[in-house]
Amino acid sequence: MALPLSYNVRNVMQRPVSTLTTAVGVGLTIAILIGALSLAAGFRAALVQTGSADNLIVLRKGANSEISSGISRQTAAILRAYGEVATDARSRPLLSPEVVVVNNRRRVGQPGNSNVTVRGIDHEALVLRRGVQVVAGRWFEPGAAEVVVGRRISTRFEGCRLGDRVRFGQRDFTVVGLFSANGATFESEIWGDNEVLMPVFRGEVFQSVTFRMRDPARFDAIRRELESDPRLGVDVQRESEFYAKQSEMLANLIRVLGGFITIIMAVGAIFGAMNTMFAAVGARTREIAMLLVLGFSPLSIMVSFVFESVILSLFGGLVGCLMALPLNRIVTSTTNFSSFSELAFGFRVTPGILLTGLAVAAVMGLVGGFLPALKASRQPLAAALRGA
Amino acid sequence: MASIQVRDLSKVYQRDSQRIPVLDGLTLDIPDGDFVALMGPSGSGKTTLLNLIGGIDTPTSGQLLVGGTDIARLSGPALAKWRSRNIGYIFQLYNLVPVLTAHQNVELPLLLVKMSGRERRQRARTALEIVGLGDRLDHFPRQLSGGQEQRVAIARAVVSDPELLLADEPTGDLDRASGGEILDLLERLNREFHKTVVMVTHDPHAAERAHRVFQLDKGVLSQ
Repeated sequence: MALPLSYNVRNVMQRPVSTLTTAVGVGLTIAILIGALSLAAGFRAALVQTGSADNLIVLRKGANSEISSGISRQTAAILRAYGEVATDARSRPLLSPEVVVVNNRRRVGQPGNSNVTVRGIDHEALVLRRGVQVVAGRWFEPGAAEVVVGRRISTRFEGCRLGDRVRFGQRDFTVVGLFSANGATFESEIWGDNEVLMPVFRGEVFQSVTFRMRDPARFDAIRRELESDPRLGVDVQRESEFYAKQSEMLANLIRVLGGFITIIMAVGAIFGAMNTMFAAVGARTREIAMLLVLGFSPLSIMVSFVFESVILSLFGGLVGCLMALPLNRIVTSTTNFSSFSELAFGFRVTPGILLTGLAVAAVMGLVGGFLPALKASRQPLAAALRGA
Repeated sequence: MASIQVRDLSKVYQRDSQRIPVLDGLTLDIPDGDFVALMGPSGSGKTTLLNLIGGIDTPTSGQLLVGGTDIARLSGPALAKWRSRNIGYIFQLYNLVPVLTAHQNVELPLLLVKMSGRERRQRARTALEIVGLGDRLDHFPRQLSGGQEQRVAIARAVVSDPELLLADEPTGDLDRASGGEILDLLERLNREFHKTVVMVTHDPHAAERAHRVFQLDKGVLSQ
């Protein structure tokens, strides 16, 4: 039978200084891991939340992003008349041909400029994109030189506050509203009327067309039909998949880099835990010998010490979770390589990520505790009783 | 049955290339219910003999029957199991677990026996009452005097009701009064509870409590 849990817990509490030192070492490692994972999760969530599985996005054949795509007015008109497009209560197709350009703007509070996505939309886009709503001011009027700005960038770029005037090409636009979109990447964009913005950016084509499917279950058939239509020359994707794919490369990069830093730090923290546990075993030589004399098996002694190391590391893991928790919802930004524009998003410290952090801490305890536990279980009894 | 039969027992330690003989062809009989003191100068092999009888160490040659079991033939796990059922060990420095209460320290050997938690707690309480510490159940070792710590250690040694108690200098770290109380307790355990007691001691006063005293010198026994 195993030694009681209280034996290990109290032994960990018995040496507060070494316990705290080890816990902080493990905690820092776990905090960095959680930071990296929550950064990747936040980035991914921003992009994944952007798309709806009911919507479909049409790009020029071969284009892998909106800015490298071009959809002519004729193609947009064919799509508007397509029978699989859902309609609203007044039988208007829920479809938005969109102009997408990147606009270089000066940052607020930071040196230099960065790109912002400017999206010209059809008014139906507001119905298409569920969750998009004005949080200050109002929507732009169709045909007017007005724009609305995503709430996440309104304070990060010059000229993006409510009432500011923002210049595109040779024309000034008034910021008449700020909008939110459930944390989606749209919150990092500037939206205006597509028919007003297209000539300003000297474009003659839309970059994408998004529409809601009448029956989303027919996606595969719709895709086959549109992609094989020789008049269109387009690729078709579910909107949700399109944005999820955009997140993959950078999210993976963040995870790999975070994992690499975590592994390096974990090696140090494991040695710290190992050192603490070797010291604990050394200080308790007689005690361990006494337990063996009582009849506890070497295996139960070993399990007990590994368990103690895991408790120690889990405590460190909790410290790490507490260090990382304040990161939650902190907004940061990075360049979205698919649109070459700035994407602002919040860290997402999820329960799953916290559990991952604790699991990694437990593994560190397991690895760090193994050798000291082996030493504890294998000591020669007679010599250990003498304290030799 | 806790009779001990030692036949031509030898123990040699090997340190690098050097052979260090500690016990040399010892023969000894301790009947069930006896109270024996082992005396002798430091390095004479008293503790080694006690450890061999307790299955803590293994002999180099000879035969050692404890309660009819040839313990030299038992392997590690079997020997550990045998110890947990048959031996109560009392150490000079008590060897209590500092982070456990008196009650939890005494419960330790019972964790190796299939028993309900309630019964375990009750038996540990009874053992502590027998040694006169029924009012110190929740005290930690640091909150007890040396004599009280040794009494907790004795309660731990007897809680699983072994027939053989091995005591290695049980009064060696105590003042005369506390040492006297411990010896009273050992005598009582021998007399009232019929425990066989083998005690290593340097102290002639302690040895007087035993029925028989064996002298060990350079690994050779005399009575």
